[in-house]
Amino acid sequence: MNLLDFITRLLAATLAMGTSLTYATLGEVYTEKTGILNLGMEGTMLMGALAGFATAFNTGNLLLALIMAMLVGALLSLIHAFLCITMRANQVVAGLAITMFGTGLANFLGQRLGPATNNFNLTGMNIANKFSNIAIPGLSDIPIIGALFDVSLLTYALYIILPFSWFFMYKTKYGMVVRAVGENPRTAAAMGISVTKIRYLYTLIGGMFAGLGGACLSLSFIPSWNEGMTGGKGWIVIALVIFSTWNPGRVIIGTLVFGGITSLQFSLQAAGLKMVIPSQFLGFSPYLITLVVLTAMTIINQKKKGSFASPSALGVSFAIDDK
Amino acid sequence: MSEKNTDETPVVRMVNITKHFPGVLANDSVDLTLHRGEVLALLGENGAGKSTLMNMLVGLYRPDSGEIYVKGKMAEINSPQDSMALGIGMIHQEFMLVGNMTVAENIILGMKDLPFVPPMADIKAKITELSKRYGLQVYPDKVIQDLSVGEQQRVEILKLLYRGADILILDEPTAVLTPGEARDLNEILKKMLAEGKSAIFITHKMDEVMEFSHTVQVLRRGKSVSSCPTNTIKRVQDLANMMVGRDILFSLDRGPYKPTDVMVEARDITVLPIGGGKPVLDKVSFSIRGGEIFGIAGVAGNGQQQLTEALTGLLRVDSGTILLNGKDMTNKTPLQVIKSGVSHIPADRGRMGVVGDMSVGDNLSMKKYRTQELSSHSVINRSWVRKFADHLIDVFTIKTPSQDTSVKFLSGGNIQKTILAREIDSCGGILIAVYPSRGLDVGATEAVRQNLIKQRDKGNAVLLVSEELEELLMVADKIAVMFEGRIMDIVDADKASTERLGMLMAGVEREDV
Repeated sequence: MNLLDFITRLLAATLAMGTSLTYATLGEVYTEKTGILNLGMEGTMLMGALAGFATAFNTGNLLLALIMAMLVGALLSLIHAFLCITMRANQVVAGLAITMFGTGLANFLGQRLGPATNNFNLTGMNIANKFSNIAIPGLSDIPIIGALFDVSLLTYALYIILPFSWFFMYKTKYGMVVRAVGENPRTAAAMGISVTKIRYLYTLIGGMFAGLGGACLSLSFIPSWNEGMTGGKGWIVIALVIFSTWNPGRVIIGTLVFGGITSLQFSLQAAGLKMVIPSQFLGFSPYLITLVVLTAMTIINQKKKGSFASPSALGVSFAIDDK
Repeated sequence: MSEKNTDETPVVRMVNITKHFPGVLANDSVDLTLHRGEVLALLGENGAGKSTLMNMLVGLYRPDSGEIYVKGKMAEINSPQDSMALGIGMIHQEFMLVGNMTVAENIILGMKDLPFVPPMADIKAKITELSKRYGLQVYPDKVIQDLSVGEQQRVEILKLLYRGADILILDEPTAVLTPGEARDLNEILKKMLAEGKSAIFITHKMDEVMEFSHTVQVLRRGKSVSSCPTNTIKRVQDLANMMVGRDILFSLDRGPYKPTDVMVEARDITVLPIGGGKPVLDKVSFSIRGGEIFGIAGVAGNGQQQLTEALTGLLRVDSGTILLNGKDMTNKTPLQVIKSGVSHIPADRGRMGVVGDMSVGDNLSMKKYRTQELSSHSVINRSWVRKFADHLIDVFTIKTPSQDTSVKFLSGGNIQKTILAREIDSCGGILIAVYPSRGLDVGATEAVRQNLIKQRDKGNAVLLVSEELEELLMVADKIAVMFEGRIMDIVDADKASTERLGMLMAGVEREDV
């Protein structure tokens, strides 16, 4: 097999796999940066995947499908925001509940929103339109980096969204507010910032991005609906946020590494390497590498005295009367 | 301070302000008037309602009733944004700075009229210009967590100046400063007053009232009990009496200094920070005898806390030896240290001293529960605990509805008395007290100090870490000054002067005066 071809195809697969993760991770970075931990990602992504697919299936309108996925994501995270910000519930417990609720609801609705011919089940259905890859003539023929120019619109959009979200966080006055609220909400409040408003806003934005991430799966990556089709990606997102050190500019590194290892595992299996390495080992290797990287980062973090530290107020509820 | 001009509309007038918190009447129809160019000292014990009153002026809290007039106009202050628009700015006791952001970012944080992308170069230039004008040296690109406490306070002041505040509220601004830095602050304040700005100064230190203010207003239990020009105050004692509502002792009963054997000995204790850098403790050596109070002075954060943690087995030392009651206790566990006769009153009483959700009785027995006195065969005898706790509550006059009340519902002073009772009762010769009177009112402070002296007179060795020089000069027999992890010098308390200790605290080595 041609090595250049192999790498190019691997990169293409990585981008396809990484797109969904990147959207959801970006969303969670912004949510966590204001101090709200949303462990409901898995459920929110699955609901987004369902909402996107069901809308595309019933209307054929992809734009509407994306809007629905984002709306549903925002709605689910609104529950999380209400519980954690207004009711000051434990954020871990609330997030887990959102994941369980979202997963269950998505699977339930997946058997109700389909056509009568298929027993109202969405599983096994195809959609007329999907986000397919669009090759840019010329650029897409270059070996290896050509893969960057033969992706779906959802991936192209990230080329703009990713740098902008870094710029927004570190160069604009709104980003400064986000960072201040997650680091020291009391100070933010004393400077006239409404901590509650900011936290609600970015929890909703995080949910929208998670819904979008889910829709990437059902409208582009594998255009279909399957129960539990996120397969734990929502949990990987939580790890990738740590991997990115809460910096939107670094989100891409984690998603490429994770997407890359996952795709490599598929390619190696396809290449018949499972004879040498057991397929089960290849199956869990991305997660193993996540564990190794997280451990390494924790150690570096201790050595460098918290330069990769999480936002100080992450997971802590806030009221001005608290002492 | 210079004369002030009073014949114009007051810049701030608070009328009949009342504020309730659940179960507490924090302010009870308080009036306050501040004139242009005036410094008003707001004096009172902890919990007297000073900070609450000011937090209403800056819009962090809203009064239940009452009116606020700013520069002659009735003001509706619903948020810090509103108060800033009126030119009011506050420096909180706990600095309002975001640790991982730069000085410049902190100064502009939350300002509404900034463009989408703030022009950082212009902003930094303006900060530098302001800092030159007022003699407040800061570097706009430095990250807050790398700054000293004094520098952080300068950033806080600049934040107010940058926003054009002309009514400044300072909540115990000198509590964290060395005497030298406090004098600098005084100079900066004078410069600002000369420009027509006004200030309210919250404090519980009487000498600062006399030194800094034109007018003094005293709050007691949420009520304003007195307001008068500072120069009409004849005796500091009068202020103290107004503050607590009774005569307080300014000298403490203490027996003669009769040191016995060395009970605590530290030899070259060194602790290195994680990840390298300057040692946290750098070859610290000293010894404490029985019947002696050994004071440690210094600005908080110069290694005092780490030193006491090393002595009590909470922090591993990298080299050096610790001898307690003659035994080598270097890097032993906290339980082994306790068993060797050490009692510890930690700096953070809420987090390390008590378990807030547990009852007063349980907190009192938390050290002795494992002894024959309170349990048999590992089963705690509740009736023994009751008797034991009631006895201590009585002896140490802990004010609590009952011993079943959760400790977190007590006042700071009574929480400290609970810790004091437990530690003194179980003390086997060595008592280590870290900032034991920090944040306590005059009455509780007096009780804490008197108890420490009682231990000394009984022949125990007492280590007292404090940031208040008066306290050390009043209570201790010897005073060591710490700076950047080192002991600068150890002096006899009766021969020490505030000036000399202040120089040592600022890191100035021996100088010929």
